[in-house]
Amino acid sequence: MSVAFSETGRAEFERLLTRYPDRKAVILPALHLAQKEFGYVSDEAIVYIAGLVGTSPADIEGVASFYTMYNRKPVGKYHVQICRNISCSLLGAEHLIEHVTGKLGVNPGGTTPDGKFTLSQVECLGSCGTAPVMQVNDEYHENLTVESIDRILDQLP
Amino acid sequence: METVLTTHFANERYRRLETYRQYGGYEALKKAFAMDPGQIIDEVKKANLRGRGGAGFPAGVKWGFLPKDLSRPRALVVNADEGEPGTFKDRLIMTRGPHLLIEGIVISSFALRAYACWIYIRGEFVREARIMDEAIAEAYAAGLLGKNILGSGFDLDVTVHRGAGAYICGEETSLINSLEGKRGWPRLKPPFPASVGAFGLPTIVNNVETIADIPWIVTHGGETFAALGVEKNGGTRLIGVSGAVNRPGVYELSAGVNLKEIIYHHAGGIKDGKALKAVIPGGSSTPVLRPDEINVAYDIESMGKIGTMAGSGGVIVIPEGTCMVRALSVLMNFYAHESCGQCTPCREGTGWLKRIVGRIEAGKGRKGDVELILDLCDNMMGRTICPLSEAAVMPAQSFIWKFREEFDRHIGEQKCPYGNRF
Repeated sequence: MSVAFSETGRAEFERLLTRYPDRKAVILPALHLAQKEFGYVSDEAIVYIAGLVGTSPADIEGVASFYTMYNRKPVGKYHVQICRNISCSLLGAEHLIEHVTGKLGVNPGGTTPDGKFTLSQVECLGSCGTAPVMQVNDEYHENLTVESIDRILDQLP
Repeated sequence: METVLTTHFANERYRRLETYRQYGGYEALKKAFAMDPGQIIDEVKKANLRGRGGAGFPAGVKWGFLPKDLSRPRALVVNADEGEPGTFKDRLIMTRGPHLLIEGIVISSFALRAYACWIYIRGEFVREARIMDEAIAEAYAAGLLGKNILGSGFDLDVTVHRGAGAYICGEETSLINSLEGKRGWPRLKPPFPASVGAFGLPTIVNNVETIADIPWIVTHGGETFAALGVEKNGGTRLIGVSGAVNRPGVYELSAGVNLKEIIYHHAGGIKDGKALKAVIPGGSSTPVLRPDEINVAYDIESMGKIGTMAGSGGVIVIPEGTCMVRALSVLMNFYAHESCGQCTPCREGTGWLKRIVGRIEAGKGRKGDVELILDLCDNMMGRTICPLSEAAVMPAQSFIWKFREEFDRHIGEQKCPYGNRF
């Protein structure tokens, strides 16, 4: 099944092309755009972007697979990403990851059966002064405690 | 003390162009346009401004590496890929003072005669990228970017380019590849970016904080900036303190401030009244210090003399009761995850380090494992295209050199004496 950007997405893609002296430079932003529009970077999206950029699907796949933020498989409605690096670990991140694993009933990397949450452990999010920290979709949540993490996850529609 | 960057950061509206201008914003740009580009570069040299991304290379000297001939267009790339664990200062600049960065970009591009600038920002910083985009739109609308800026005849386009989750892209040649739409693989040098950089153009890559310092330098002069710091380390630094302290956060302090004073005075001392066990002083890659080593000036040379680095200004404070093997294991997982896989010593070495430190922490360490780690480290140092391999080796070696007894005890007792917890 083929995919295509929405009208707004297509306009954004055309705008991106004007910002660089080389067409290939839009590959990263186009992959972000695909993930935003289609929910994840599917094989179809790879073929579609390759066509737009004018390169091979293998070229796009090679780029997409290098970067951790491009989800090559569908993720839940909320992608809960908890930092496990040193500053967060010193302030209890391991305990938080255990807590959320139990709460959602999935191990890191897994998605809840209702498709609402995907849980991931991630490396440093650059928010060490307000550790522990997690990112849910695009948004950061800082100075986490078991209580605040419960509140944040429980309030998500 | 005098601050260069954070003076108005408490004002939420400072991120708006109108407020930024009320505080004198873009006056430095007007002054710069009346100067000769070479004069601006001379001021930056006099400022003793050292690159704030971690390597500490003198910014003015780096700028001098551009080829003399102007036949090829030049580019400025701002490194906003802030990914070194323990570092969270550029994020502060971008959220609280985006126009400081933009004004710095325009002045620097004018001095370097760059026609375009790309801000390479880590992909996770979605909010920060949006704030930068909004500030850039304001600047275009006000004639501070685009064609014929402020009637000077100088044109400049600035674009925010989001990364996608790869620590290695903080390394400048990897960043350039990523900007060009490729895998973030570091390039062999030479050629250096100043001769062949982004899109084949002569390119200067500077950290966010480095560029944000430029307007102040132009306004007050290089020598005034230099005097805020110490010899060879001009100005102030944004120092991020994280881990077990009472007041974690970013502090703007003289480049020669004492490390002990950063932790005990500015950051309020160790959390819960605990004793200090160790300090990683300049981001996770820098060699760890024991408590008896931290009475030291935080400038690049003084830190170098005691075998460590001020790096990217990320001070990570480790309290008593922390298992140093577990702490190292967290770091080794990180470097193994982030090795780009291009060079064998790094790709294989970081994996080995992760597995050996991991098994020691799990109570399955073997006799000779510590020696094996040190031997691996010797084979990873200086044998790769970029410094990621060394970034993994420096913590591994220093944790062992300074906390050897903990590694031996884990292996001897075949368990973690701290119960496998932080």
